[in-house]
Amino acid sequence: MSTFQFLLEGLAAAMLPMNLLYALVGVTLGTMVGVLPGIGPATTVALLLPVTYQLDATGSLIMFAGIYYGGMYGGSTTSILLNTPGESASIVTALEGNKMARAGRGGPALATAAIGSFVAGLIATLALAFVAPFIVKIALVFGPREYFALMVLAFITVSSAFGDSTLRGLTSLFIGLALSLVGIDQLTGQNRLSFGVPDLLDGIEVTTMAVAMFAIGETLYIAAQGATAPDKIEAVKGSVWMTGQDWARSWKAWLRGTLIGFPIGAMPAGGAEIGTFLSYATEKKLSKHPEEFGKGAIEGVAGPEAANNASAAGTLVPLLTLGLPTSATAAIMLAGFQQYGLQPGPLLFATNPQLVWGLIASLLIANLMLLVLNLPLVGLWVRLLTIPKPWLYAGILLFATLGTIGANPSVFELGMLLLFGLIAYGMRVFGYPIAPVIVGLILGPLAEQQLRRALAISQGDVTVLFTSPIAAGLLIVAALALIVPLILRARGRGDVLNQMAASED
Amino acid sequence: MKHFILASILAGAMALPAYAADYSIMAPAAPGGGWDQTARSLQTALQKEKISNRVQVMNVPGAGGTIGIAQFASQQKGNPNALMVGGYVMVGAILTNKSPVTLKDVTPIARLTGEYEAIVVPASSEIKTIGDLVAKLKENPGAVSWGGGSAGGTDHIATGLIAKAAGVDPTKINYIAFSGGGEALAAILGSQVTAGISSFGEFESQIKAGSLRLLAVSSEQRIQGVDAPTLKESKLDVVIQNWRMVAAAPGISAEQKAAILADFEKLEKSATWQETMKTKGWADTYLAGPAFEEQLAKDIASTETILKDIGLVK
Repeated sequence: MSTFQFLLEGLAAAMLPMNLLYALVGVTLGTMVGVLPGIGPATTVALLLPVTYQLDATGSLIMFAGIYYGGMYGGSTTSILLNTPGESASIVTALEGNKMARAGRGGPALATAAIGSFVAGLIATLALAFVAPFIVKIALVFGPREYFALMVLAFITVSSAFGDSTLRGLTSLFIGLALSLVGIDQLTGQNRLSFGVPDLLDGIEVTTMAVAMFAIGETLYIAAQGATAPDKIEAVKGSVWMTGQDWARSWKAWLRGTLIGFPIGAMPAGGAEIGTFLSYATEKKLSKHPEEFGKGAIEGVAGPEAANNASAAGTLVPLLTLGLPTSATAAIMLAGFQQYGLQPGPLLFATNPQLVWGLIASLLIANLMLLVLNLPLVGLWVRLLTIPKPWLYAGILLFATLGTIGANPSVFELGMLLLFGLIAYGMRVFGYPIAPVIVGLILGPLAEQQLRRALAISQGDVTVLFTSPIAAGLLIVAALALIVPLILRARGRGDVLNQMAASED
Repeated sequence: MKHFILASILAGAMALPAYAADYSIMAPAAPGGGWDQTARSLQTALQKEKISNRVQVMNVPGAGGTIGIAQFASQQKGNPNALMVGGYVMVGAILTNKSPVTLKDVTPIARLTGEYEAIVVPASSEIKTIGDLVAKLKENPGAVSWGGGSAGGTDHIATGLIAKAAGVDPTKINYIAFSGGGEALAAILGSQVTAGISSFGEFESQIKAGSLRLLAVSSEQRIQGVDAPTLKESKLDVVIQNWRMVAAAPGISAEQKAAILADFEKLEKSATWQETMKTKGWADTYLAGPAFEEQLAKDIASTETILKDIGLVK
């Protein structure tokens, strides 16, 4: 049978009413657990996987796909509405999404996230079906030095999210980098900056930090303003739905986000966050409305959300073609597949075509179901913002705490949540941007480890960092991204750039 | 709002302590890993075989299980219903992290399963046998980069033992730690490192597909159906398995310990557990009672020696 026939057969099986119901249940459960801040898709899938064991192979695959996509999407809802990213991949979504929500444009933000997720999920799942074997060959060429070059590129492009003051942005970034050093060093197993506290041995959890920085810091900031704070947020200004202009500004961002997210997700050490960072930076560079960035630009939601979902499908490329679980979620999926007698690996497409195509068809169906479930809910979600402020922020505090405790039942973790919340409050008061802290915390260890691995393999020979064509190419792009704006500025076009840079608060 | 309420109930349920359960099993790791899978498989099997009415699993992730074991030893003291999953990785982690709580502070019950280590090279490599690899290692230890799991873990320890057995200074090995088997496997497949070392199961499908060449395995005897010599046959006196065990709380009485042991004897013989091990690809290396305690003491002593030799523990 040809590839296409298998896919059609899988789709036909997934379209049975009972299976559609499983997909709906899966998506609903996934979204419900996924909205809890601090609980990302990995934990969601791990918690809900046993639910699927009771079903037959097809049913459980479908429900599983639903949980996966639901969990992915749930995180972005809270990012946009409540500024509390449920997981590290939706941190960027919070940057623009929450600004939009507070300007009464929460509806379009949620809609562009949902449709962008759908578009990206659709394209990426089809890409998974048809080009996975090629993509994986490219992904394997990436070794430590290529990853290091990619991290350098990410650091430089992401610095556009640093706000109007480079000094303050860099200060925030270095706070993040310093915090990222805490814990057991991956390469030698030695403790760093843990001061004998066992809870610090595993370092600082990115989600705890993100929830503290965004949700707790924000709540404290609002509370401290007291009665002087601006009046109630206008929940809906204009249409709840996306306008023609919103569509026009979103569709290219969706496609670009997919293009960036999918290959990076397919790389064994890529990860979803880097795709969202790069997508955000790209959209900001290419936007016709750069001045809106930092105040709620719809591209800044559309692109990263698409990148996030595309990279989720990208993660399945090495998983299905090589049996490589490259993220926590993928590792849990691997366990799930084994439950269905499916052994991911290089022979999977040959030995188990029905199940593979069944899974891909399930992902397509789950993706569609997510859209069906969430678009009508947009109106309902947005009404969350009409809740009087004291209640709303009390609720945010409650859910932020619950999510953190749910992910890791430890008093110490709660203490960290509060401490970083206080720090975030201070940073807000003194006008330091929050996002670079998280960027440093995520990218710092990746860059450090890959650099050290590359140098260990080469036994200390620094030239290896430039001798690989891919690494060299990425470093050249990074250098251009750094130098070109300087030249432009020197030639008197600085105003435009200043304006571009001033758009983040 | 309905979602939020439901979700909060769910979160609440997760945070609830495990009352009214016959056994509560702590997995000292995040959901999804080997210990978590062991704990959840035990849960299913114990309930299905009616050895226990209701079993709860809780995760206390962190630092190779040392956070979990510390919490387990202090909070569950004398509780005959509390169990904890653990394994060989914990032995190394306790030493490298200088954990104040060790396996002496819990009551080991039985070793349940194990996975043997496999040494592989990419199919395109010029290295054909374990002998070739050892020759290269002797020539220049730094030029042989080994890709494997976390620093101080089973893979790292096995690499150190191989070097030592080959007469090479273990401090000279060029071990590249990757987070998780997947990332290491990608580096091996992409020929980024000279050789790879990890649990056999991690490499199995790649070996079958011909993209990796299996040089040797770390078992006592050859593994059935696997075409590779043991390290021992290759004149490297190394036998190591990444085992997983179950332990009970400290301070329980001899009768309570005997009761738990009896339950696990029953489990080991049950069809459900045998089937679970088969589907998961875990080797049955069941060892209980005094025999296990003796083996455990040996493992701890040899691990401490090799970690000192590698230079990870001072």
